[in-house]
Amino acid sequence: MLNPDSVGRTFAGTDVITISQSEVDAFCAVIDETDTTIAPPTFTIRITLTQFEAILTQPEIGLDWARLVHGDQKFEIFSPVKAGDSLTCAATIESYRVAAGNEIVSVRSDLHRGSELVISSWATLVVRA
Amino acid sequence: MIEVGTELPEKVFFLDRALLKQYADASGDQNPIHQNEEFALSVGLPNVIAHGMLTMALVGKYVSDFAGGSSNVLEFGARFTKPVVVPAGEKVDLTVSATVSEVVDGKVSLTLSATSAGVKVLGMAKAVLKK
Repeated sequence: MLNPDSVGRTFAGTDVITISQSEVDAFCAVIDETDTTIAPPTFTIRITLTQFEAILTQPEIGLDWARLVHGDQKFEIFSPVKAGDSLTCAATIESYRVAAGNEIVSVRSDLHRGSELVISSWATLVVRA
Repeated sequence: MIEVGTELPEKVFFLDRALLKQYADASGDQNPIHQNEEFALSVGLPNVIAHGMLTMALVGKYVSDFAGGSSNVLEFGARFTKPVVVPAGEKVDLTVSATVSEVVDGKVSLTLSATSAGVKVLGMAKAVLKK
């Protein structure tokens, strides 16, 4: 069960993640995108899901990642990401509830390039009963 | 002319196990439910299922193409309502279409539809783009 004290808290990722051209190329290849100068709209899930896992499975938060299902996902893109960008990720647990034994967690992630907010994304994660 | 109610041409993507492996490597999501049939069945799934985010990436390509490039996509969201089931040795469809739902200040909103084998796989799928 998720620790209720974590709801409303923001967890700043300590890593600076630098996007490589080969990562963008590999993602573009999956969807047959020929313009690899810009990352596709959903590319940053590569960063945010990894960050969510690291944050939410910490013992003091306690989410069970093994039973996790992705409920929904939304991106707001203020500035497109491209190879060479160095990004930091902060995750905020916006809400938490239990319905029919399933834990439902809404998490927002904000990706910054320096002080500039480049992408905010929202995920609803469901831990199945 | 793009106006509210304009329907975009349908596009069909095809998914197979090789594409799921390729997406797992590209995204870093190596959850075995997307690659290992035995594991998928053991957790109560009908078969290996595609990553919801792979479905969304393909629909994102549809959106980017209409927008004239990824840099014109401002918002994109969807709910994962049903899994895309990908049996071994098969290519399954992901059929995407869209309707213009709003045109305001140089921004176009799309309501997107995505089905596989006739089943709706994304709900509340929307995108906003510069056009």
